[in-house]
Amino acid sequence: MVLFFHELRRNRTSLIIWTSVISFMLAVCVFIYPEMKGQMNEMTDMFADMGNLTAAFGMDELNFGEFMGYFGLECGELLGLGGVIFAALLGISALSKEEKDRTAEFLLTHPVSRVSITLYKLLSVLVQIFILNIAVACVTFISVAAVGEDADTKTMLLLFLAYFLLQIEIGCITFGLSAFMRRGGVGIGLGLGIMTYFINIIANLTEALEPLKYLTPFSYAEGSYIVNNCAFEWKYMIVGAVAMAVCLVLGFIKYNRKDIA
Amino acid sequence: MKAINTEHLTKYYGSKRGIVDVSLSVDKGDFFGFIGPNGAGKSTTIRTLLGLISPTSGSATVLGKDIVKDKTEILSLVGYMPSEASFYGGMKVKDLIAFSAKMRGIDCSVEAKKLCDRLELDMSRRVNELSFGNRKKVSIVCALQHSPELYILDEPTSGLDPLMQREFYSILRERNEKGATVFLSSHVLSEVARYCKSAAVIRDGGILVSDRVEKLGHTGVKRVCLRCTQELPDIKGAKDIKRENDSINFLYSGDIKLLIQELCNISFEDINITDPDLEEVFMHYYVKEEN
Repeated sequence: MVLFFHELRRNRTSLIIWTSVISFMLAVCVFIYPEMKGQMNEMTDMFADMGNLTAAFGMDELNFGEFMGYFGLECGELLGLGGVIFAALLGISALSKEEKDRTAEFLLTHPVSRVSITLYKLLSVLVQIFILNIAVACVTFISVAAVGEDADTKTMLLLFLAYFLLQIEIGCITFGLSAFMRRGGVGIGLGLGIMTYFINIIANLTEALEPLKYLTPFSYAEGSYIVNNCAFEWKYMIVGAVAMAVCLVLGFIKYNRKDIA
Repeated sequence: MKAINTEHLTKYYGSKRGIVDVSLSVDKGDFFGFIGPNGAGKSTTIRTLLGLISPTSGSATVLGKDIVKDKTEILSLVGYMPSEASFYGGMKVKDLIAFSAKMRGIDCSVEAKKLCDRLELDMSRRVNELSFGNRKKVSIVCALQHSPELYILDEPTSGLDPLMQREFYSILRERNEKGATVFLSSHVLSEVARYCKSAAVIRDGGILVSDRVEKLGHTGVKRVCLRCTQELPDIKGAKDIKRENDSINFLYSGDIKLLIQELCNISFEDINITDPDLEEVFMHYYVKEEN
């Protein structure tokens, strides 16, 4: 537990910054909605003329005239992409940062098994993602109440839950990968996070590319699907859960045997 | 029970040699010096003992516990000091030392304070602002504060000023007198000759010799110093022959009588035959033999 709190303390600043920025952006989106509402109907028509590109962002299925349609899209862009980058950076550096900063030798010569060290570090990654999402959700609900928009609480909760799970999945996958890294790997984490986002956009473009959706967790966190159906797409979620479990198990095995140079 | 016992311990990094067939035995209560040039395998041996790297083959025990199976248990009994310590940036010295103690599940703040005072380490500074020598002191405190049974120290004195080195060794001696075992690596031959009871020399990944320090000094090798202008005849057992103006200096190992007989054939003004000092013995192991 000492290590868990140590990890949280070390990441405190970064967690505060990411949480504030994402909450602030979402709050701004909510607060400008009443102003934009009037123009939204025109916008919906305009977007409808953009063909495939609208589909790419799921805008063909969302109605901007309604708050939930607008929010589903904004939430996807901000909390989805922002949260995933946060989770990816957190995961990829969890284990590898110790070796990059040469602190691994210090840490691993204390009488704590490698498995416990990995567990506490994983726990700290999950808790940080949890804190970020809880804070963002709270700020958003308060903002919605403040502007007095008609929001469907259950759908909003589902959206937040979907983005939370998406971040957990990316966080765990990058955490597993970080056991294999020696020199940080921020680039790989960042690249992976952004790549999954774009794979989803590409997969939305044409029917032929739809199988690509199995490769990205953004597929089950699709704002348009959740807002319209008030449910998750389970088939994508199961694939994600399996990928996450495999990466974690491999990461644990690797780190337990790794030579610390 | 031995403090450290390795049997044919071997580590390859891919195809690169780390250590080969290292068999080493350190008694409990010993003050053991582990010497060898850079890249000889000192740190590899130490890191294997601590479970930071896993051996390719061979086995080892530390305080009777297996280095692969009982890794965590060993770590709780050992105080380790790396040759180059890096710490979490931004932490204060006292927080880092306390973190290290908490990771061991004990409170040894009194001892930590005592050590910091003796080593003149300012506990309120941040670790990333410290000089190399002061970081070394933080390492010392982390390795010593929980008063372990065995100290494994990788080049502990590099970067410390001479006064601090002396203070550090006097702390180690006190601990050793109370029964703790000290195992330290070094390439400063004089400090090993001065402080250690036993020593081993490692070169190119293999142990060359391991014995009590006083026995290492009596190798049967003599340093012979002749004052003469003649060329030295070819004497069997003479090594490291150096000519300097009108004197010849060499190491001789073998029957002393044969040496005298050979020397009767040349004329010289003066002769001096002495035991080489320990540093010279170590140096002899350091330098690769010609053949």
